[in-house]
Amino acid sequence: MSDDLVNIEINGRPVQARKGQMLIHATDASGDYVPRFCYHDKLPIAANCRMCLVEVEKAPKPLPACATPVAEGMKIFTKSPKAIAAQKAVMEFLLINHPLDCPICDQGGECELQDLAVGFGRDVARYAERKRVVKDKNIGPLVSTDMTRCIHCTRCVRFTSEIQGFQELGTCGRGEHVEIGTFIEKSVEHELSGNIIDLCPVGALNSKPYRYSARAWEMTQQPLVSPHDSVGTNMFAHVLRGRVMRVVPRVNEDINENWIADRDRYSYEGLYSEDRLTKPQMREGYSWREVDWQTALHAVADRLNAVARQDAGQIGVLAAPSVTLEEAYLTQRIARGLGSNNIDHRLQRSDCSDQQFDPVFPWLGCSIAELEQTGSLLVIGSNLRKEAPLLAHRIRKAAVKRGAQVAFINARTYKYLFPVSGYLASNGIGMVDHLAAVVAAAAQAKGVTVPASVNALVAKAQASDAHRAIAAQLSSGERRIILLGALAQRDGGFAQLRALAAALSQITGAQLGYIADGGNTVAAHLAGVLPHRGVAGQSLPASGLSAADMLDAKLKSYLLVGSIEAQDLPAGAIEKMRANGFVVALSSYASAKDYADIILPIGTFAETSGTYVNVEGRWQSVPGAASPLGEARPAWKVLRVLGNLLNLSDFDYENSEQIRDELRNQTGNVIADNRYHNTAAVARHSAAEAIEVQLYSVDAIVRRATALQLTHEALQARAGEQA
Amino acid sequence: MSNTDHNAVQTGLSAHLKEEIDHWLTKFPPERKRSAVLAALRAAQHENNGFLTAQQMDAIAEYLQLPPIQVYEVASFYSMFETKPVGRYHVSVCTNISCMLCGGEELLEHVEKRLGIKVGESTSDGRFFLKREEECLAACTGAPMMMVDHVFYENLTPARVDEILDSLK
Ligand code: SF4
Ligand code: FES
Ligand code: FES
Repeated sequence: MSDDLVNIEINGRPVQARKGQMLIHATDASGDYVPRFCYHDKLPIAANCRMCLVEVEKAPKPLPACATPVAEGMKIFTKSPKAIAAQKAVMEFLLINHPLDCPICDQGGECELQDLAVGFGRDVARYAERKRVVKDKNIGPLVSTDMTRCIHCTRCVRFTSEIQGFQELGTCGRGEHVEIGTFIEKSVEHELSGNIIDLCPVGALNSKPYRYSARAWEMTQQPLVSPHDSVGTNMFAHVLRGRVMRVVPRVNEDINENWIADRDRYSYEGLYSEDRLTKPQMREGYSWREVDWQTALHAVADRLNAVARQDAGQIGVLAAPSVTLEEAYLTQRIARGLGSNNIDHRLQRSDCSDQQFDPVFPWLGCSIAELEQTGSLLVIGSNLRKEAPLLAHRIRKAAVKRGAQVAFINARTYKYLFPVSGYLASNGIGMVDHLAAVVAAAAQAKGVTVPASVNALVAKAQASDAHRAIAAQLSSGERRIILLGALAQRDGGFAQLRALAAALSQITGAQLGYIADGGNTVAAHLAGVLPHRGVAGQSLPASGLSAADMLDAKLKSYLLVGSIEAQDLPAGAIEKMRANGFVVALSSYASAKDYADIILPIGTFAETSGTYVNVEGRWQSVPGAASPLGEARPAWKVLRVLGNLLNLSDFDYENSEQIRDELRNQTGNVIADNRYHNTAAVARHSAAEAIEVQLYSVDAIVRRATALQLTHEALQARAGEQA
Repeated sequence: MSNTDHNAVQTGLSAHLKEEIDHWLTKFPPERKRSAVLAALRAAQHENNGFLTAQQMDAIAEYLQLPPIQVYEVASFYSMFETKPVGRYHVSVCTNISCMLCGGEELLEHVEKRLGIKVGESTSDGRFFLKREEECLAACTGAPMMMVDHVFYENLTPARVDEILDSLK
């Protein structure tokens, strides 16, 4: 027997448990269910509900399983008359004040209290006294409150303090007057705040937009993967008559654990915005006409064919970085089938000067779960909490739980709810200069010369103590990583930043990683939605134009796939497209009327089967949850028919799996590898700063999610835009 | 260097209050600033004529680098703190068992009549706050008793109560 283990007995069966574990860990592991309210796997133990009382031999009174450590020889009884009597007594206490409003409670049917009351409650109440009433709190547009139902388990409180990292909810008052809330009227503002809905074991906290719209048991549950960032968050859509009613987390310990970001939870509202397109549309002078699919598709094919016959280089193809792998692949096949390499998904990248040194796909550099284990991180150009809330959560855990040193180099200061070892915000000098100074400091400390590629960049670098500290933290210890975020990738000086980051990685031995900009960017890379590379990173005889260049070139025709809006494109893009071009948009929304001549209405991420490849390179396919609105169709089907009309060969896919498998067969040899092979000098030049990543404006769907748009975060961002 | 939500500039604490808090901080380990909340609130309430404002609590939170809610929690938990405006003199008449047996309830009724307010209310001139006392005030030997701010008055009669109240300006 190892020293770490103790022998205990649960309901008469001998089992082993690890020292320091609580009884509830052991009973959960052995499959002996113990009822609980306040205990939660991911939260610190509070032991305040007492529902988990069990009998322990020789103990004079029942003990709370969630807060009693195992000890050698313990005999635990979870279902003995004494245990059951204790559990029933606690239930009776909990129900003294809990209202009997289950018929009008959204939690009804999926309520932990309701479920346990069936097992442990009495049929008849012994209390005739009035129940207490607690005023509801307004904690913002996302979470509704019915505080009379609260049983004071404090899961929500502990979520704000331990997971968010800044306590916003608290237990105010005392005894019978205790209330959970913010005390002063205040909304709970955090990118993960919606998770308190799932944590709340009763109907005190629920989804505000979902309120009173369906019953848990009438809906079906369909898997989804979030397209809003590169994490690949697993979630479920709850669907009623073809319509997504709400979105909840799908537990995946490797990716999102049991959390989802608010953006993932509430974006579904954008599916049903008023400007959703349900029929193909054609521009006629200054007005628009609804047409049938036949007409629209033929018009598109004729036009693209005509341009291609003259000069295929006049066709530009843009795909949103959130389209499915299948959509990306078919888009690529169409562009190249027509003879154009002008295809890109990097809508916000302005510096493509070193694109030949891009990795085949931008990889995190480790698995998402491993982020938690890192000892030292340098994050360059990233508004982490907004780009990828769940990566920020993992990094926070590394910093708080393991004392990881996390440093940032950013153009601006952003708030992090964990200790930060260093924060270099531009303050007049750019990210490039800060990073160059860190590289110089690292090279000096190690007594090595910097790689030739960054010679010019580092030449004048002035390292301060702050730079040296970051260089030192990256140079020793376990698991070190340098991450390039979306703001770095969008920055006008990206080639310089990357060369420096790669040099720093080389000098310090820290791994180089990327936080991919966009939900399915990795898939777009693999599918060859790039001007300079084909499928799986194949090199091409000649490069096409990047997104920015093809807009500047004012081509004769553009094809935009995936509900692209003006905000997704560089400034002035619409005017440039419309200058000479005939623009075809595959979009779910009428905003495409701003620039398109023909719009083909497509299903959103929730309405199509497809595959997402996350920033770890993990492929995840989902079958599609809801029916597309009206005549909208999944984009892969639209592209398939378009391919047929363009007479492209082997375009007869019957389902999205065939498309995925065809690509999969070609990507078998691709391995995640961020190494940077440039040896030529990267020149120093000043460049425009990146466009901010706005939490609730990352794509067309999120922009239309009503509740998200009412958050303080979104209102502030909009006020900032107008200012 | 840490970059968290709660290291903004300090505002709204008087020099005296800061001194008082600093004094208490020396009694706890440096990472246990939260331990000083109670003392800070007591001093702040004293400075503000007997009740705490949200601004004061926020300022204390800022000074101790705590999320404000952690200060609100403490302030709302203890019955010695008031988080709404109340009268200057906090009068509590004990009605717990010993006092009850010796006429505490009648005494309370008398005070209510005399001040023209019910328990939990303040007089309109802002002088008196008739505070609800939750528990025995630990002066049973002198029952019935009442407490005004921190001063105990024991073996009371209605006449003696009137005298005491009249002496408070
Ligand atoms: S609101 Fe819900 S989660 Fe929060 S303490 Fe009450 S019952 Fe627990
Ligand atoms: S679950 Fe153990 S006390 Fe609440
Ligand atoms: S009961 Fe009044 S002081 Fe003890």
